[in-house]
Parts: sequence; structure tokens; C-alpha cells
Amino acid sequence: MKRHLLSAADLSRDDALVVLDTAEELALLANRPIKKLPTLRGRTVVNLFFEDSTRTRISFEAAAKRLSADVINFSAKGSSVSKGESLKDTALTLEAMGADAVVIRHSSSGAPHRLAYSGWIRGSVLNAGDGTHEHPTQALLDAFTMRRHLGGSIDGRRITIVGDVLHSRVARSNVLLLATLGAEVTLVAPPTLLPVGVDGWPCSYGYDLDAALPKSDAVMMLRIQRERMQAAYFPSAREYSRRYGLDARRFGLLPEHAIVMHPGPMNRGMEIAAEVADSDRSVIVEQVTNGVSVRMAVLYLLLGGREPAEVSA
Amino acid sequence: MTGTWFVRGARVLGGKPADLVVSDGVIADAGPGLAVPAGAQLLDASGLIALPGLVDLHTHLREPGREDAETVESGTLAAALGGYTAVFAMPNTDPAADTAGVVEQVWRLGAAAGYVDVAPVGAVTVGRRGETLAELGAMADSAAAVRVFSDDGDCVSDPLLMRRALEYVKAFDGVVAQHAQDPRLTDQAQMNEGPLSGTLGLTGWPAVAEEAIIARDVLLAAHVGSRLHICHVSTAGSVELIRWAKGKGWQVTAEVTPHHLLLTDQLVSSYDPVYKVNPPLRSGADVLALRAALADGTIDAVATDHAPHPVEDKDCEWSAAAFGMLGLQTALPVVHQAMVETGLLDWAGVADRMSIRPARIGRLPGHGRLTGDGGLPGYGGLPRSGELDRSDELDRQFEVGAPANLVLYDPAASWVVDAAALASKSRNTPFAGRRLPGSVVATFLRGRPTVLDGKPA
Repeated sequence: MKRHLLSAADLSRDDALVVLDTAEELALLANRPIKKLPTLRGRTVVNLFFEDSTRTRISFEAAAKRLSADVINFSAKGSSVSKGESLKDTALTLEAMGADAVVIRHSSSGAPHRLAYSGWIRGSVLNAGDGTHEHPTQALLDAFTMRRHLGGSIDGRRITIVGDVLHSRVARSNVLLLATLGAEVTLVAPPTLLPVGVDGWPCSYGYDLDAALPKSDAVMMLRIQRERMQAAYFPSAREYSRRYGLDARRFGLLPEHAIVMHPGPMNRGMEIAAEVADSDRSVIVEQVTNGVSVRMAVLYLLLGGREPAEVSA
Repeated sequence: MTGTWFVRGARVLGGKPADLVVSDGVIADAGPGLAVPAGAQLLDASGLIALPGLVDLHTHLREPGREDAETVESGTLAAALGGYTAVFAMPNTDPAADTAGVVEQVWRLGAAAGYVDVAPVGAVTVGRRGETLAELGAMADSAAAVRVFSDDGDCVSDPLLMRRALEYVKAFDGVVAQHAQDPRLTDQAQMNEGPLSGTLGLTGWPAVAEEAIIARDVLLAAHVGSRLHICHVSTAGSVELIRWAKGKGWQVTAEVTPHHLLLTDQLVSSYDPVYKVNPPLRSGADVLALRAALADGTIDAVATDHAPHPVEDKDCEWSAAAFGMLGLQTALPVVHQAMVETGLLDWAGVADRMSIRPARIGRLPGHGRLTGDGGLPGYGGLPRSGELDRSDELDRQFEVGAPANLVLYDPAASWVVDAAALASKSRNTPFAGRRLPGSVVATFLRGRPTVLDGKPA
């Protein structure tokens, strides 16, 4: 693996499989009374969050602590830090504290790249979501979840990702990772919410959700932000929901074995109906659980070793 | 320091070697094998190319208001070191150059620094806010004698205001230089809209946002019979529109920046804000179209859009960074690489696009000339491509009596750009670390050297 994890494109097929296999091993820890390994004892992991995301921060924090790392949470939101030079100054401060890895969440696309390649810090940089660019550990935990439910492999599986692809870092990372792992990915969205150049992505795309669902082994619903209406991406929440929401009728179009995913937080009644989110084929809560194992695996591989961890039973 | 200079063996416009005698601010004698006048200072120019002093239609000097980024003095020194003898200073200062008082201040600062002639550009609208016309006539009548008006940095997007401005400046032979960018189509825009903006997750700045304004404005200029100049043209589609408008005989001129002739949007994948500029770096196909348009004269001029920013405005994440790049000291070497080494322009063509035509568009007397007659060459007429072909017949020579604004350039040299070594107060050059061909050896402003041996004289 590379020294940093900034994009799902940083992962080769072998890298990705090592992460997923390592995460399987580490998941076994969760069933033990003492959920902790000494692997990263004495290493410092900083959670640098310039954007509110309690769930992602907690997930990384739990992952680092279960590997016995020292964890520093640096929430830049609400402090004097806002933009510009302060990213650099914050980075220099963390470097002075001896951070071995920095997990960064930032509203500006590319901020993790700047942190990794500007010479400000020496440690590994882990992208925990940057602007509308990428969120590679989300893609890894999604792949981990799919693999568990779809017969142990992603190869040849048909994955449909629905919604605001244009603004979604989750969609970008998932398209790259799932293609690396051999899945057939289809994006479904109103044309306004597909980026220019999507025809060059390693996936297919369309505008008709009803047509895509019967051919899906998994469907991932993306969060839609109501404020997109102001920029005329779609006329109204109701119309969006009617054309692109996963309601009970559309849920019935899925094959029996297909699973329903959502990166959270959900807008129930908007992109996903409550009864679908709560159905037994929804793996949304499990995605959160798997997030800890996958992030442990990534931290372990970036900081600890190159071989999969072994957890004696 | 003025005195008499004997420049030996310079190839004027890349022609045959000849000597130049510079005295009293003009070319006192020109031709091969001249005798050295008594008391003249000698400058051995063998192997060097002599061009008329370069004229930049688009410079941001930042003073007044952002003296931390650049001052008139530091910016004009950078200009002289880049081979320029005149620059047009854009009005997006603080306060904006929208009154006779501010344009005169900038003009006087330029005269006091003495490196190049500073021609202030006046704002089209009060405060560059796009609401009401600034006092264009007062700026035209001021000591700064403003002839170019622009809200550069922002587009004059209101079509009625644009029409009125185009009409109004006819009274003093002015020209409106449009920053063509539809503001609604470029809300929050960060980079060229294309495949890369989609994968990088950066908001796109689509070509159509430039082209739609150019299409509207050439039609407006034709309708009211006014001169229109298009700033920093960046797309192949814009080139087509300008070619069409010129084919109609409309009074439309255009400029391209050196960086748009050499760099593409692929550089943005580093997320290094040194590549963040407005209009953004475009595709390779756009770069080739811009080069072809500059070669065939569809684009009249190279203009730097020299835009200094302090380190903290670039040493940050992409979306927080300022738009803009330094350009004055790298312009001629970049044009050398993009246009001369590719065979698209010869040195007469470079002189035409970097000196003669920009001076004519800006109605700047005394610059961009090889001749000694009093008027502006082609004054009032439209610049035509290939106009300099006749210079071959004249053996590419300055005429006796021509203003001694010239640059001596060593085409055989090359250098690696060191941002810290540039004269600008800022460091935001996208060419740092690149090897560029050629180097400016000397610059003369009205017979007085401003640069000798590549250093301030």
C-alpha cells in the first residue's frame, strides 16, 4: 500500500483485498470481551475534523483505540481555524506533536492531498472525506459489507448507486473501488446530478431507476440535500422523491437477494422510505459496524505492517 | 545614464545582424557596420534578438490596496526584467481605479518608478460593481489619458450596461476590455469543467460561460460600431467566435495569456493552487486552438494577466486559494517555447503580438513601433495578420527616429525558473522549477537602459 490513503484509486486490487481480509480478521475482535490489540501502542493518530461528522470521527477513534494508538481529536469546527494558511499552521502543530497518522475530514476537495504533499507533515494522511471528492474508507466499508452479503466476492456483482453523484464523495470512491474489485456499477440520477465526464468513469449510468433495480445485487441510495433545489438541480423534494426515491414499490422491483445500502445520514421519506430503510434487507446499520473494522485494517496497514493481522481465537 | 549607446550586431526581429545607435531617446542610426560614435557606451549584442519593447495589455500591479502582493515599483521592475517597456495596469485595486484621481495616482507611481510606462486601465463601472458607469470621460481626460476600460476580475455582465459603455467610449477612441465570464454559470467555479473536474470534485467553470459572453459582446460591438477587446481568451470555442466576428469586419480584438498557451488543466490533479487561475487552465485541444489563433492573428496579442498573490493566499487548500499567476518575467520565454520553437511564429510575429498590436489596441503612443513617424501605425484601422511581412523587405530594421523602446533577448540561453529570484513581491509562478528557453539581456525605455546583463540597470 501507498503511504497515504487519499483516493480509492490509490488501492490496487491486491491492496483492497488485503484491507478487506484484514478487516475480516479484526472483526473477530468485536466478539471478544477485551476488544483491543497492542499493535499501534505508542503511535499517535490525530483525527483532524474541519467538518462536523460525529459518526465518522467516532468510527476512526474507536478503530485507533482498539489498536492501542494514542488518539488526539482535533475539531477545527468552531475554533479559530476556518481556511487558508490555518490548514498549514494546524498541520505544523500536529507535526510538532509527533502525529504518525492524520485522519482528515475537510469541506474542500483536495485538502488531504495538500496535507500529504506540501511538506508540512511526515506522517500518513488518511482521507476521511474531502469536499465533493472522495471518501475511500466509506467505499471500503461498503465493499466489505457487500462482500459479506453477496457470496464472499464483489467480482461480477451488479451495484446500483442512486442520487446526487455530482456532489457525492461516497459515489466517487465507490465507483473506483468497486470497479477495481470487478463489480458492474451503474449510476442512476437526474442528468443535472451526474458530473460532466461521467461517460469516462469505469461504470455505466442512466436516468431510469425502475429499469436499473431488477438488475441490481445491491442498491446504494445517496443522501440528497434539500438545498440543491435552490440551484435548480431538481424542481422539488416531492418530484425528486417520486422519480429517484426508493419506496416500497421500487423495493419490490429488486431481486430477492438484493441488499439496500445508505452511507447515512438518511433523509427518510426523501431518497429512501422508512419501511425500506428498516427492512431486513437493509444493511445500513451493519455498514456502521463494519466501518470500525475496516478503519482498523487501514490504520494497521498504513502504520503497522504489510501482512494481514492475525487474531488468535 | 541616458547618453548614447552603441548596440553591436543585434538581429532586429530575428533578421540579419546590424548595429543600433541609441541617443536622445530614439534610434539615431541603424544598419550594419556602423562606426561607434564618440563617447558612446558599447553593448555587444551579437547573437541577441532585438524587438520593440514589449507592451502588456493586462497587468495587475495591486497598488493601491494590496501592497503586500505587489507595488507599482516591484511589478514594473518585473516587467522591465521581462522585456516590457509599457504595461496596462488593471483597475481591480482597493479602491478600484474608477476615478481620475486613482488612475492618476497609479500613473504617477509608474512614472516615479521609471522602469516602464504605466498606462492605467479605468474601471467600467463604479467600484467594479457592474451597476453604474464610472466617469470614463474624466479618466480619459486625466493625466493618465486612459483609453482602455475594464472591470477585469469581474465581467460586465449586464448587457445594457455593456452596450452603453461600448458606445460611450467612442467619444475618446476608447476600448472596453471584457473579462468574459457569465457569473451565473460560474458560481463557485474552481477549475475547467471537464472530465477532470468531475473526478477531482471541484466545481466546473464551463467554456460556454466565456463563449456566451463573447458571442453577446461581439454582436453588441457590431450593433453600436464600437471597439471591443476580449481579455484572456481561453477556449477553442471563443477562438471560433472571434474569428467569425473579425470575418464580418467588426472591431474586435483579443488577447491570450502565456499560461493558456502552455499549461493544461491536467496540472490541477495535484490540487496545488499555484495552478488556480481565472479563466482556468483548459484542455490540450484548447491550448492548440489558442496557439493556432495567435499564429494566424485571430488573437491579436499576448497579455500576461500577471496576478501576484501573497504566499498565504496560495499555500492553502484549493478552494480557499486566490485565482492568478505571475507572468511578466516568464512571458517572452513561454511564448518562445510555445510559439517560436513550434514554428508557429517567427520573431517578427512575436514583436507583432507582444508589442505592436497591444500598443495599437491600447492607443499607446511611442510603443510598439519600428518607425519614426509621429502617428500610430495603422491608427484607427484594424490590425491585420501578416502585416509585418513587409519587414522582410526592409530587412527587419528599426527606422532612424523610431522611439528607442527595445528589448535585447538571447534566444540560445535557457534557465530554470526560481520563484524566489523573481522581482515580484509574490511567488505564485506556475513555471517554478521548469526550464524555459531564452533570456532577456537588456531593456531600453526611451533610450535609457532599465535592464542590463539581465539585471536592473
